[in-house]
Amino acid sequence: MSALLAFPILILAGMLQMAVFSRIQLLSGSADILLLLLAAWGLLDQRWTAWIWALTAAGIAALTTPLPPFVPFVTYGLVMALARVLQRRFWQSPLLALFMVIFVGTLMQHGIYLLVLMVTGVNIGIATGLSRVTFPSLVLNAMFALPVFLLVRDLAWVVYPEEVEA
Amino acid sequence: MKPKSPGSWQSAAIALVVIGVLALAVSGILQPLFSNALSPFVSIQRWISIRANAVFEFFTIPRDVAALRQENARLSAQVADLQSKIVVLEQQVKQAEVLYALLDFARARPENQYVAGAVIGRDLSPFQLYVFIDHGSDDGIRHGMPVVTQNGLVGRVDAVSASAARVQLITDPGSFINVKLKNARVDAQLSGSTTGELILEMIPQDAKVEVGDLVLTSGLGGSYPPDILIGQVVSVRKRDTDLFQTAQVEPAVDLNNLQAILVITNFKPVDFTPLIPPTNP
Repeated sequence: MSALLAFPILILAGMLQMAVFSRIQLLSGSADILLLLLAAWGLLDQRWTAWIWALTAAGIAALTTPLPPFVPFVTYGLVMALARVLQRRFWQSPLLALFMVIFVGTLMQHGIYLLVLMVTGVNIGIATGLSRVTFPSLVLNAMFALPVFLLVRDLAWVVYPEEVEA
Repeated sequence: MKPKSPGSWQSAAIALVVIGVLALAVSGILQPLFSNALSPFVSIQRWISIRANAVFEFFTIPRDVAALRQENARLSAQVADLQSKIVVLEQQVKQAEVLYALLDFARARPENQYVAGAVIGRDLSPFQLYVFIDHGSDDGIRHGMPVVTQNGLVGRVDAVSASAARVQLITDPGSFINVKLKNARVDAQLSGSTTGELILEMIPQDAKVEVGDLVLTSGLGGSYPPDILIGQVVSVRKRDTDLFQTAQVEPAVDLNNLQAILVITNFKPVDFTPLIPPTNP
């Protein structure tokens, strides 16, 4: 069920990301709704099907981004792995785990982006990238984290009503 | 002779008095007298009328309030409907203005063939500045085609699908464009940045670059047609210790609020790949 839900929800999220959330900018940073959805779902669903969410999100991003296609698979895979690990460590405080996943996940994602861009010959200053893109993106991700988490929790409650307690 | 009766004299006297009073009234001499005499009656009439109206309203107003509420609700709905129509029409007017401007631009340059498209999205990565348009290879759009608006250069097509295309903006950090300064008559290289700024590099030290100079595509390298406006210089940095000057350029196109674009479809970028000698292991 959750695997089936992944496709429409993440495709819709990807479309919203491109049309709406990419335009909501703080300096040059923007929120990543796909990352937020993955973080929230990874914390709420400990089944293997959560990986389908990561693969679907990565596939959508790989189809649209000019970055090499493996980059979204690596970044979103790491975010999902991080969410599943932290869910086991902080199972009593899902919000703390959520913000930790988003903080570390955003830094990892942007670090990989910067690295890949440098390797492909696009010179972005690390200091400029951090101050103008990464930290503003962190703020926006943190702002949207709670609403996205509540939506995903309601969705998870519909899919797995007997297991979601958060 | 029979004398007239006293009654007929009385009648004649009364008639004379009446005629006299009427004559005085018509002439206006009795107006103040009438006014003073009528004012108590008018006051009484007003008093009665006010009370009568109050009684009348007491019985009729409840029905009018209900009718007025219905009318108010109907008018409110009508106002809301008209306001939404105004918003839609304003949006259509804005779109029409943009399209008319693009049409004027295309008419002014009949040597080029254009495909107009709407911007439907932006790239997921905040480090890169790309937009997506709603036309693709089915409409004749190919990789590398320049993208413009009526104000100037937007970028070039980076990837194409059947019904959509991805456009690399000139402000993307991976974008490099060979340009020329219109007034200084020198060639330089324009590069983008993550922050959306355009940096003009490789300007010779002896070139006289001033704020406000227009930056145009030079056509060198074959990636863009020549003489498309890109923007104007807003600041110049010249150091004696540097080999070249650098300058900051303000794009002519508002790339943050891009709505509609034109793809120049009859321009084929030059592909130098076959000319690059293979590297020997």
